[in-house]
Amino acid sequence: MCSECGCGDPELVPVDVHEHILADNQARAAHLRAHFVEAGVLAINLMGSPGAGKTAILEQTARSLAGRRRLGGVSGDLATDRDARRLEAVGIRARAITTGSACHLDARMVHDALHHMAWRELDMFFIENVGNLVCPAIYDLGQAANVVALSITEGEDKPLKYPVMFRHADLVLLTKIDLLPYLDVDLATIRVALARVMPEPRVIAVSGKTGEGITEWLTWLEAQRAPAQRVAP
Amino acid sequence: MHEYSIVSSLLDRVQRESAAHPHAIVRSVHVRIGELAGVELPLLRTAYATFRERSVCVTAELEIEPVAARWECPRCQQAIAPGAILRCAACDRAAHLVAGGEIMLDRIELELPDV
Repeated sequence: MCSECGCGDPELVPVDVHEHILADNQARAAHLRAHFVEAGVLAINLMGSPGAGKTAILEQTARSLAGRRRLGGVSGDLATDRDARRLEAVGIRARAITTGSACHLDARMVHDALHHMAWRELDMFFIENVGNLVCPAIYDLGQAANVVALSITEGEDKPLKYPVMFRHADLVLLTKIDLLPYLDVDLATIRVALARVMPEPRVIAVSGKTGEGITEWLTWLEAQRAPAQRVAP
Repeated sequence: MHEYSIVSSLLDRVQRESAAHPHAIVRSVHVRIGELAGVELPLLRTAYATFRERSVCVTAELEIEPVAARWECPRCQQAIAPGAILRCAACDRAAHLVAGGEIMLDRIELELPDV
């Protein structure tokens, strides 16, 4: 009770917190990151719209690195394990994370999946996030880098419409580049849009179908590994 | 709809904080949300209104302070307008986001029982 004037108002006590609301997720992500770094596993958080070509790029990556790098990953999906099975078919040790109604992966889901996998033996671990250009961006998963797959069929203005996703991206893969002759899409316009939402707009145009750009993507991946883990190609 | 997940984390955090004051009632929860945080304020309010019912926040108001996005050159501190190319033309440096990415619980207000 207010003791100053006897007005009867209750006494309110402010408690300062000043903490990220997702601090728990961030702590789990930091734990995961420490695991990945210590085991020498490059973890990549691959995000993008449903149908952007995330799985197709990983399939092409696995075919190109077959016998040279041990790949693993998890696939986040609302309802099925189809993506994980596609990854396994090309030699990626994969596990599905079926999220039900959750529109993103969080660090706890990835951590739980790792408990069922021999992930320490891997060179690269791909976290294929739920197809969504909004929610996944704000959840740290312990990755070394965020990669966003943006297909050229999605339109030139997507970076401007989804600035949060691209702000968090370390690399954008412009996918389905083999379709360019059939579309009214200007790559320069997409690149300018990216430069307005991404401070360091790194972009590689790729095709999961023809393999175009995959060499450049693999070179980028190798460069993300800690120097001690790199092997001359 | 990750706003539900954010509210769930928020309520857990407030619960932990208020547990230190056993008989206190949480009256308000003050958060700061950046323009580029990826959190929709109307959805956050809806999620809070739904989830607070069975929490320590049942009688607590959610006070949201929105924070505008601010990009700056890390070298000369020149502001770079939102929507512009995120690079300082003078210094040739990538812009830094100095405000607008916040998803912060700033403080809560507790009503202490009469003693």
